[in-house]
Amino acid sequence: MKRLLTAALITCIAMMLAVPAMAAPTIKIGFNIPLTGDIPKVGEASKNAAEMLKADINGAGGLEVGGKKYLLDFIYEDNEAKAESAVTTALKLITRDEIIAMIGPNSSKQAVPGGQVANDNGVVMVSPWSTNPATTEDRPWVFRAAFLDPFQGPVAVNFAVKTFNAKTSAVLYDLSNDYSKGLAEIFKDLFEKKMGAGTVLAFESHGTKDQDFSAQLTKIISKKPDFIFVPDNYNQVALIVPQARQLGYKGEFMGSDSWGSSELMTLCGDACKGLHFSTHYAAAGATGATKVFIDRYKAKYGETPDDVAALTWDATRVVLQGIQNGGKITGKLKKDRKAVLKGMKQIASFAGITGNMRFDDQGDPIKCAVVVQISQTGKFEFRQSVCPE
Amino acid sequence: MLVSIIQNIINALQWGSFYALIALGYTLVYGVLTLINFAHGDVFMVGAYIAFFVSTFLLTTIGLPGWVVLALCIPLTMILTSMVGVTLERIAYRPLRKKGAHRLYVVITALMCGLILENANLALLGASRKAFPPLIEVYVYNIGGVIFTNLKIAVIITAILVFLFLQWVVTKTRVGMAMQAISYDKFAVPLMGIPLDQIIVVTFVLGSGFAGLAGLLFAMSYPILDPYMGALIGWKAFIAAVVGGIGDIRGAFLGGFLLGAVEILVVAFFPSTYRDLIAFTVLLAILTWKPTGLFGIAQTTKI
Repeated sequence: MKRLLTAALITCIAMMLAVPAMAAPTIKIGFNIPLTGDIPKVGEASKNAAEMLKADINGAGGLEVGGKKYLLDFIYEDNEAKAESAVTTALKLITRDEIIAMIGPNSSKQAVPGGQVANDNGVVMVSPWSTNPATTEDRPWVFRAAFLDPFQGPVAVNFAVKTFNAKTSAVLYDLSNDYSKGLAEIFKDLFEKKMGAGTVLAFESHGTKDQDFSAQLTKIISKKPDFIFVPDNYNQVALIVPQARQLGYKGEFMGSDSWGSSELMTLCGDACKGLHFSTHYAAAGATGATKVFIDRYKAKYGETPDDVAALTWDATRVVLQGIQNGGKITGKLKKDRKAVLKGMKQIASFAGITGNMRFDDQGDPIKCAVVVQISQTGKFEFRQSVCPE
Repeated sequence: MLVSIIQNIINALQWGSFYALIALGYTLVYGVLTLINFAHGDVFMVGAYIAFFVSTFLLTTIGLPGWVVLALCIPLTMILTSMVGVTLERIAYRPLRKKGAHRLYVVITALMCGLILENANLALLGASRKAFPPLIEVYVYNIGGVIFTNLKIAVIITAILVFLFLQWVVTKTRVGMAMQAISYDKFAVPLMGIPLDQIIVVTFVLGSGFAGLAGLLFAMSYPILDPYMGALIGWKAFIAAVVGGIGDIRGAFLGGFLLGAVEILVVAFFPSTYRDLIAFTVLLAILTWKPTGLFGIAQTTKI
């Protein structure tokens, strides 16, 4: 009897020990995102999208790598939207949590230093939202899912030439904002290259705190451009557009992704309806996989996913694709991380919900941007995607 | 070319009107107290917010038509904003004056009052901007290629009327005479039976009231409000008042239009990148040529 009990006990213990070993092995991916600080909404959107993806894959038994199924383990760490915290968070994820790849940081302020850590430690990093070229520059381990600041210029040029039938243009930009100034200059170069020298009829600037644009607009309107390119923040757009209308301008405007705030319409009102701007993705009027994603996200979290959520979804799926391409998980961290990098480099083309993309030598996606039109109800509706030539 | 010049002059008149309206407030207070009321730009900001709350309340809660709201909004905004100005004078400037503090300390107090107004607004209402509701239908007129709106014309006419009114108050009424007397000799005036404090309160009522009117018109013309909107325009209006000769009503009025014209015309004829550089070089040149400003007379009666 006593023996039997002992035997049963041993079997029990053996079984208890065996259970974890028998469960599917896991793949750890770290998320370096701002859950507190200035932009907590960005971190929240990233986490929401990632949780939805994890539930999908783990619900289906896990991710298949080299003929074996692995469960996903996502570790979310808060970088407080600070550059120095992004560095410590990256180190924590890489050394303590032993992640195989990192998603984030999101904004360039954190992604540029965070990318340095990932690159130095030999861990694949994909930033969903960062648009600053420095994030991936000369860092073979670092990738991103968003297009670059210098890419939007060509998007605006190509779209406007095609859709507005534009032969001439004018630019009004914010002199003290590097984003706006850089984009304006790129736009001017490309437009003149495409349409001939001198076709940018006016190239005018203003200050960040300016409220009156009548002098610049009078100058622009007197040159009669086919459209005005305004790579400005949404709060200035809301002043510029109505003022141009009050100076008798009836033509088109073209904007950039800095227009894409839901606050644009509460500030600008009717004057901005019908205008176009380029952005990462359009929630209203989306089709196919993008629409499925939006509907599911809405059902789960009760709000329309913004561009960060969609880009995080894509960034995470790109990493998973890289892991699958890598062949098999050996359990040796250094070897596995290297395999992921190899797998990432093998991605020839990736069908994301923010568009198809492939990576160039710098780890930047070559992908189409979306041009949206502001509808009569104030929604940002998909017009067309514009691809780099 | 002629069309473009006229167009730019209309733009400059509108933009200069705001400088002039705010500069008048600086100059009134300076004329009476020799105090640079650096909170004045933020009083203008408060005026714009008061106009915002009064008009949204009348439009949405009571549901009055736009023009009625505007007609009610003008006096209400002016009264409420002048109360803000008078409150500042009562709790910040008067105690220092009674204690005989040096003018420098009062100026620093004024700067702090401005910051308090800005940050109180930020703390109470948050950093997000407010959109001012359209009160009147804006019509765009085109006469021979020169384009203007009814709002623009209204702003310019209002600025001129306010100037004429203040000029009349200061030179023709008993209160105005008392103001001039105070600026002439602050110590002898109470001995003549002129109530010093009351005259100072009237000065602040006038200055802040018209800053409130400027805030309302500004919010109608540039319908996005944020807590820092008064800071830069306030500084520039102060410069306008100095260039015109601070302490002189005509100086503030002309200085405001001069600054507006310089800013607009520089953009019209030079690359806009150089706007502030050229505009302020011109103003510096004027001050070097006439350090007391266009209408200023060194150390004599002001206002």
